[in-house]
Amino acid sequence: MSTRYTIIHCLNQFFGGIGGEEQANIPPCLFPGPKGPGMLIQKEFPEIEIAATLIFGDNYVAENPETAIREILSLLTPHCTENRPDLLVAGPAFTAGRYGIACGAICEAVQEELDLPAVTGMYPNNPAVELYRQHTFIARTSENVMGMTDAIRNMIPLGLKLVRQEEVWPEKDGYLLQGRRKNIFAPEAGAKRAVTMLLARMNGEPFTTEYPMPVFDRAEPAPPIEDMRRARLALVTSGGIVPKGNPDRIEAASAQRFGTYSLEGLHAFSAQTHQTAHGGYDPTYANEDPNRVLPLDVVRELEAEGAIGSLHEYYYATVGNATSVENARKYGQQIAKVLVADGVQAVILTST
Amino acid sequence: MVKEIERSGITAVHACSIVPISLTVGGNRIVPTIAIPHPFGNPDKSFEEEKALRRQLVEKALQALQTPIEEQTVFE
Amino acid sequence: MTLKLAYFKINDIVFGQETAVDGSTLVINRKALENSLKSADKRINAVGVHTARPGDSTRILCVKDVIEPRCKVNGTEIGTGRTHILKNVTVVTCGKIVGFQEGIIDMTGPGGAHTPFSGTLNVVLEIKVVPGLSPHEHEEVVRLTGLTAATLLAETSIKENPTRVETYPPIDAFAVPSSLPRIAYVYMLLSQGLLHDTYVLGKNAKQGLPRLLAHTLLLDGAITSGNCVSACDKNTTYHHQNNPVLRELLLQHHKRISFAGVVLTNEPVSLDAKKTSAQQAVELVRALKADGALISKEGFGNPDTDQMLLIRGLEEAGIPTVALTDEYAGTNGGSQSLADATPQAIAMVSVGNANERILLPPLERLLGPISDLSKLAGAYPHSLHDDGSLEVELQAIIGATNELGLQTLRCREV
Repeated sequence: MSTRYTIIHCLNQFFGGIGGEEQANIPPCLFPGPKGPGMLIQKEFPEIEIAATLIFGDNYVAENPETAIREILSLLTPHCTENRPDLLVAGPAFTAGRYGIACGAICEAVQEELDLPAVTGMYPNNPAVELYRQHTFIARTSENVMGMTDAIRNMIPLGLKLVRQEEVWPEKDGYLLQGRRKNIFAPEAGAKRAVTMLLARMNGEPFTTEYPMPVFDRAEPAPPIEDMRRARLALVTSGGIVPKGNPDRIEAASAQRFGTYSLEGLHAFSAQTHQTAHGGYDPTYANEDPNRVLPLDVVRELEAEGAIGSLHEYYYATVGNATSVENARKYGQQIAKVLVADGVQAVILTST
Repeated sequence: MVKEIERSGITAVHACSIVPISLTVGGNRIVPTIAIPHPFGNPDKSFEEEKALRRQLVEKALQALQTPIEEQTVFE
Repeated sequence: MTLKLAYFKINDIVFGQETAVDGSTLVINRKALENSLKSADKRINAVGVHTARPGDSTRILCVKDVIEPRCKVNGTEIGTGRTHILKNVTVVTCGKIVGFQEGIIDMTGPGGAHTPFSGTLNVVLEIKVVPGLSPHEHEEVVRLTGLTAATLLAETSIKENPTRVETYPPIDAFAVPSSLPRIAYVYMLLSQGLLHDTYVLGKNAKQGLPRLLAHTLLLDGAITSGNCVSACDKNTTYHHQNNPVLRELLLQHHKRISFAGVVLTNEPVSLDAKKTSAQQAVELVRALKADGALISKEGFGNPDTDQMLLIRGLEEAGIPTVALTDEYAGTNGGSQSLADATPQAIAMVSVGNANERILLPPLERLLGPISDLSKLAGAYPHSLHDDGSLEVELQAIIGATNELGLQTLRCREV
């Protein structure tokens, strides 16, 4: 019989079978044996035994990462003394941002605190990738749960290689670049590679730099507003606050558009007039009172008191749930163009 | 989005629940808010208390807009 | 004004009665060599001569410089006439650490794979100076002694027939009208004083750079090293004598490129001086009417700024560049690699992350001042393990991330 591996699996409330968004705030708890996708892992990899499954509400972890991680570590620590597992597997989280953040944070913590190898899986656009890819191994997955089997077939062999301390490479082992630099021996010496690269450049042929300049995709901080009492303010949100009925049908995830909505004569949002279109968080509170996501009521008060010069007549809304960076950039540019034309100097952008 | 708005020369404040994401996507003035489903509210409080809390956060955002900064700044 | 480089391929070095080239063997009278070196400089207290061959279980410590034995024949000027070269032989100088920057050469094993000098027959000089010398004098003694030894060894070949002769005529790049791209070479030298010195035609390169220098002078050993900087990316005298960028460009001359010439430039200590040097160097490249430029480097940290200034200046002048650099990306490769960056640097050749650690297994014989081991740059207080193995960063190995591009090591993202 080949070597057997024991793993601990981490899932959010949804994949753990506890519930949807209404359960997104449950604290972490540990169950014996596999749950949900864990069954598939054991089926695909008979040499693996899932000793326990840790299930957490993804809001709970994403909102209070420090507390949540402490709780998770204290749940896992007893399991890591006797019958120590070989590996922790978290997710896969696909494009789910909060789930991804929780998976990344757990992997990072168990590696550091419990010295346990860990692996998770995400779609490259998941915002958690940028946050955690340097610190943990993130196997490449498809966008959604349709790709669960492939995700598992990618994550588990990678994880087992980490357990056996074998060398891994992003292309071969299907994980996302960690942004780390690693030495290899090239077929040719540096001087020859340099001449070849220069000739390619001179001849207009493709070439690949061996050290891409670090990308600091940062905007220079804009100068402060001198006096808000004389400034024109606009409101923008990625929290999906739209007129009731979602007239533009903005997608609940991976938004393909943003909406432009009038604020004329509107003193506050209400459950009767507006709602959220965001599919990434429990909409109850936002639907009860949309000002909880985009605080129009308070902004109008401050405008009436003179603390804000004037308010731009429209607000702009999209859903920042697994929305690609490219799209977010495009929406930002389009919105900015309109605002500049209207003489807006200041923006409050709210995100959930 | 916030980065592109700033690039157009408009001063923007990003009010959000998950500050590290804002730091990663390049927000410059960042105001941390209460929680993901209700960044500007707290359903456990009375309507008046909740609104006072909301007003505090908006005032903090306005203050951030009027504060000179050199680099990404979180207004705690 | 043609230069002829006459090579004597050496396959073994042995100690014997008379210092001489015997066929493909270099015989050295150990005592006589020690005595002539000692008598050449009164500041020397003792010189030990050892040999280290490829595959030997030998670790050479606190290496300062590596020199290829060469001598001029018939009293010709540098850059002209005939030069004899003992190919496959080096003189390795080592001595007490004064600058914290001396390096390691392993003749075998994983460390050997990272230095070109595990593949050469090395005459190792362990030099002890008289008490009371300043660090500068100490380094001067070691440097000059190495050069003297190299010349003495090469002179054994004067009456012999070389294995191979290379002929380098002067290049009048404008004489042959060419549709090939004109390529200039910008050759950065570390020249900051404080034991960070390079010598051009015997003069400290702190002054007089940037300037043009004929390839024949460079091939004939115009540049010697006096640098106490990290072992991995200091260009030893051997590297300057065998500059692989220059060799590669000359190899391609009239084939794929038209070689435009070499601009030597420095890496000074103040930002203003860096800007001035970069500006002047760019002007010289423009004067050469170059269509493109290769930039090599020495050292790391503030020289990153010199290199970025050069890249920016050349690219803005419409001259595409490729630049060689090493990286300091931390032991796990997760940190930012360079101290400076410019968006115009779109074509970089990375010769490796100098911070990556390597475990050097114990070797049977140690040469050099062993007690100074923990002071090597790239070593840690606990570098030396109980079993005699040594855990260091590549930084500590001579030539490991050579920024003239002699090694095949490179860095990639994972």
